[in-house]
Amino acid sequence: MTFPPSPPLPDPSHAHSLLRSMLLVRRFEEKCAELYTEQKIRGFLHLYIGEEAVATGSIAALERRDSVVATYREHGQALARGVPATTVMAEMFGKQEGCARGRGGSMHLFDAETRFYGGNAIVAGGLPLAVGLALAAHMQGEDRVTACYFGDGAMAEGEFHESMNLAALWNLPVLFCCENNLYAMGTALEVAQAETDLALRATSYGMPAWPVDGMDVLAVEHATRRAVQSVRAGGGPHFLEFRTYRFRPHSMFDPELYRSRDEVAEWKKRDPIVLLANRMREAGILDDAGMDALEAEVAEEVDNSVRFAEEGSWEPVEELTRFVHSDPEVAE
Amino acid sequence: MPVITYRDALNQALAEEMERDDSVFLMGEEVAEYDGAYKVSKGLLEQFGERRIVDSPISELGFAGLGVGAAMVGLRPVIEFMTFNFSILALDQVINAAAKMYYMTGGQIPVPIVFRGPTGAALQLSAQHSQACETWYVHSPGIKLVTPGTPADAKGLLKASIRDNDPVAFMEGELLYNLKGEVPDPDDGDFVIPLGVADVKREGSDVTIVTHGKMVNEALRAAATLEKDGIEAEIVDLRTLRPLDVEAILRSVHKTNRAVYLEEGWPYVGIGSQIVSIIQEEAFDYLDAPVVRVTQADVPMPYAKNLEKIAKPDAARVVEACNRVLYRN
Ligand SMILES: Cc1ncc(C[n+]2csc(CCOP(=O)(O)OP(=O)(O)O)c2C)c(N)n1
Ligand SMILES: [Mg+2]
Repeated sequence: MTFPPSPPLPDPSHAHSLLRSMLLVRRFEEKCAELYTEQKIRGFLHLYIGEEAVATGSIAALERRDSVVATYREHGQALARGVPATTVMAEMFGKQEGCARGRGGSMHLFDAETRFYGGNAIVAGGLPLAVGLALAAHMQGEDRVTACYFGDGAMAEGEFHESMNLAALWNLPVLFCCENNLYAMGTALEVAQAETDLALRATSYGMPAWPVDGMDVLAVEHATRRAVQSVRAGGGPHFLEFRTYRFRPHSMFDPELYRSRDEVAEWKKRDPIVLLANRMREAGILDDAGMDALEAEVAEEVDNSVRFAEEGSWEPVEELTRFVHSDPEVAE
Repeated sequence: MPVITYRDALNQALAEEMERDDSVFLMGEEVAEYDGAYKVSKGLLEQFGERRIVDSPISELGFAGLGVGAAMVGLRPVIEFMTFNFSILALDQVINAAAKMYYMTGGQIPVPIVFRGPTGAALQLSAQHSQACETWYVHSPGIKLVTPGTPADAKGLLKASIRDNDPVAFMEGELLYNLKGEVPDPDDGDFVIPLGVADVKREGSDVTIVTHGKMVNEALRAAATLEKDGIEAEIVDLRTLRPLDVEAILRSVHKTNRAVYLEEGWPYVGIGSQIVSIIQEEAFDYLDAPVVRVTQADVPMPYAKNLEKIAKPDAARVVEACNRVLYRN
């Protein structure tokens, strides 16, 4: 696949913010992997490393009033959306200062404040919810867009098809963001999908859809801006197929026998962080000192999040049954 | 007797039944190339080929329904759910098609299918990945439900489930796959455990702990603690929740006059409700105390370690419950 030429570099401050955002996800998750081996973080941990350009570039194109629905591989979306690294880390520690009070863990990050609606451990489970969020915006006469993230594997689920049809049928303001990383766990795209041109499949529902170089954050942002503008203007659902790749195993338990080291190495040559950094260097807006400063800043943010999580507290066990039903204190 | 893991016991059962009957096939997510998410089907692709060990995309409703269809015309599908949490997506085909088909067709069309995979909580996987799914299935007439708690039961019961002519839900324990236990040598003949027969996992005269599946092991731990206190608990492992071995429950209650039900799932309309109802209807005069249930707390499973721990039933709570029905302290 050849993509259109990469868009021009944006102004230096925006380029820096994209780079910083991707770097934060990368370093944050490297730390998570470490903390997982120390058993500070438990349960399933799905890393986004390699795919940072997708969340970063696409969420940069959203407004504060827009909403985000993601999967269990959602640290990148949460951070890019502005959910504080501190509360994300605390959530993974299971501390009550976490963004879901430690109730959810890595797969269930939620933050109503930033309109980050999760965090869903059921493949394709987020799709109908996202279309519902879009339906609500439509009914309320608000021009919010809902960005819905899901993997290539989700496109085999009935929930995917029903959501696409409903969204298109009712012309709802949702942006479907497919993260095509070529594998669903150990299953390669071509053994799971009858039509592997995923954007083409989306067009069959009558919605605009196109593939995007998911390793190029500028291409991701550019495509998303275009799509969001059209969705917001009443153009109905759009579908973007971000072609990307996860550099790490599916989760922390995966011997990765289904793909070759060469393939992984080949994709790593297009590391989204390196790609952007190189562009910035070539344009003379980034040098070694600049990169070092950025790394230091990000390292501090990550360290700070770990400190925050370490210093956090456990929710008292007396609160176990709280929030099963709505809180009388909060309910009006 | 050879000592093997629960995982290998299941693997043997699958291999032996596939060897024995050409109409048996395994289908599910990651069952072939990946050897199964929990490696239960390890080596089967090599042995039986891709016609019979079938990797499916992530389409639970679809492949469960395809299995039902294939069973309607004579094949014997074993459908693996990566975990039973995901089978909730497939429940329409399980409940509306598989469970009702034989009855709806006036006995013309049997559905010999097995739905299998792990149920229940592992460690800190939080709400959507930690649920005991027994009740969803057992509620519906037409379906059988099997929940082995040991390697031997896993093997013998899976073989019986595959040979059964009805839809069988076969629920394993994610934390049991590495559990080791004695399983008869395949060379010593066909090892099949009939469905609907409970097993007394420990004899005792003071109190009966009725349980199933993974919780059998928790009950054994509780019994060991009670023993130090001079209390002999009898453990009745139901093994099959439908059909239910009512006689076995009553036999034990007649003997001990006290009973506790232990299950991993939620209390509300849980398996225990059914068991308690049967005991009070059939053995009321034998009871010296109300039957007590030990279950998961009535909440979605929280992620936080401290909350998860108190949400889950454990041996300590079983000991407490036994003491309660014994009116000890
Ligand atoms: C309904 C459902 N079925 C199966 C699973 C187990 N599972 C978790 S992630 C995954 C693969 C999903 O692949 P994809 O959608 O491509 O997303 P990726 O992990 O590649 O980001 C599977 C099968 C699940 N969580 N939910
Ligand atoms: Mg994928």
